[in-house]
Amino acid sequence: MAKPADPGNPAVGLVRAFGVTFKQIFKKPITQQYPEYKRPLYPRFRGRHRLWRHENGLEKCVGCSLCAAACPADCIRVVPAENTPDNRVSAGERYARIYEINMSRCIFCGYCELACPFDAITLGNEFEISEYHRNDLIYTKDMLLAEPIKQVPVADPELYDTPIPYYKTHS
Amino acid sequence: MEPWWITVIKAFVVVNLILILFSYTMLSERKLMGRMQLRYGPNRAGPFGVLQPFADLLKLIRKESFFASGGIDVLYIASPLLATFTALAAFSVIPFGPGWEVGGYTITGQVVDVPIALLLVFALGSVGIYGFIVGGWASESKYSLLGAMRTCAQLVSYEVSLALSVLGVVILGQSLSLTEIVARQGETIWFAVPQFVGFVIFLIAGTAETSRAPFDLPEAEQELVAGYHTEYGGMRYGLFALAEYINLITLTALAVTLFLGAWHGPWLPGPIWFLLKMVVLLFVFIWMRTTLPRLRYDQLMRFGWKVLLPIATINAMATAILVVVL
Repeated sequence: MAKPADPGNPAVGLVRAFGVTFKQIFKKPITQQYPEYKRPLYPRFRGRHRLWRHENGLEKCVGCSLCAAACPADCIRVVPAENTPDNRVSAGERYARIYEINMSRCIFCGYCELACPFDAITLGNEFEISEYHRNDLIYTKDMLLAEPIKQVPVADPELYDTPIPYYKTHS
Repeated sequence: MEPWWITVIKAFVVVNLILILFSYTMLSERKLMGRMQLRYGPNRAGPFGVLQPFADLLKLIRKESFFASGGIDVLYIASPLLATFTALAAFSVIPFGPGWEVGGYTITGQVVDVPIALLLVFALGSVGIYGFIVGGWASESKYSLLGAMRTCAQLVSYEVSLALSVLGVVILGQSLSLTEIVARQGETIWFAVPQFVGFVIFLIAGTAETSRAPFDLPEAEQELVAGYHTEYGGMRYGLFALAEYINLITLTALAVTLFLGAWHGPWLPGPIWFLLKMVVLLFVFIWMRTTLPRLRYDQLMRFGWKVLLPIATINAMATAILVVVL
């Protein structure tokens, strides 16, 4: 068994400790000044949700409510309706007439995107979603379908060795 | 003798200067500690965070002034006031300048010149402890009470060493009056040289007396609840924090007066020298806070009674014998 390092003379250690703290004053602080400098996000960061459309403009969501069932925080509300020939919203038989996510309850676990059979919902990169009123934190379908207003820098995925999940790149 | 109104004006000016010094000591402590830990410290309120003390003050004043429901209201309100009052009053006897002649009036270099100034400072410091123990008692909380007892045990233990460490200075200066001790240092040398041991003991015991790291057992924010001011909030808490810092400022002023020749120094006017020496000592206190880890409670007591007190006693006796023999 290796012997523990010799602690040395405590008095010498005490004086050297003062030297260490004094030297630190002249080093550059490592703090990242957040609102001015936004650190690039980890590529798999789970931010606010996003609903997606097909290339032809139809919504991917078919209103199956599997996301709502998977949600541990019970923050998703889906009310489906039938597609009709003159009002075709999604590619499937039904579509989500109401799709709401209560962001003040959401824990950003990502189970909804795992549960979704059509990759219609994913968790994006946006995280600065504070509001002054709770009602403003209930995101409706229009808000979730729209492009995020704030664009957050994302770090180069090549920097990380963890694989990017399929649904992040192909939806 | 100077007329009473000059004393009143001086008291007003000195109190406000101490309060400004307090706010910027606190700010520079936070900034310096930040830099020593590779952080910035407060840098948002105003350029380089210089308005931070005022932001803190506004925040504390605007907070709700609540009472502990089982507490004793009168004592609950009075104890932070008592702590602040004694902390501020102790500064009144400290000489910060040689005295000046302005428009036919003689203005002395301290608010009041008391022949037993040194005793008065220690007496006020002891009365200030009442603020802490009564505050802990009146909050009607077992944590506050335990915190108050912890604080008082520490302050009482280290006060003995603190008082004994200045005994050597009293023997050398042959007076309890701070002006005479300062005058004597001007004639000979700074008492930090013949009383180096006393100076070191004074600084260590003073650190414990003002409950600063590594002796900040009363607060010990990382491991215990705040101590005697657990149940305090808003500006009442602010007054306790203020009292603690002003005690530190008074202590450095006392150290400068007793050991570092007070306002004596070449070229610059007296008060500037006094302030410079105080700033250096305050920097040492801040430096110590970042560097040294906190003592355990038994280590604190053992160090106070078994190390510091014997050395202080021997130092005082040796000084007395040497003064008589030489």
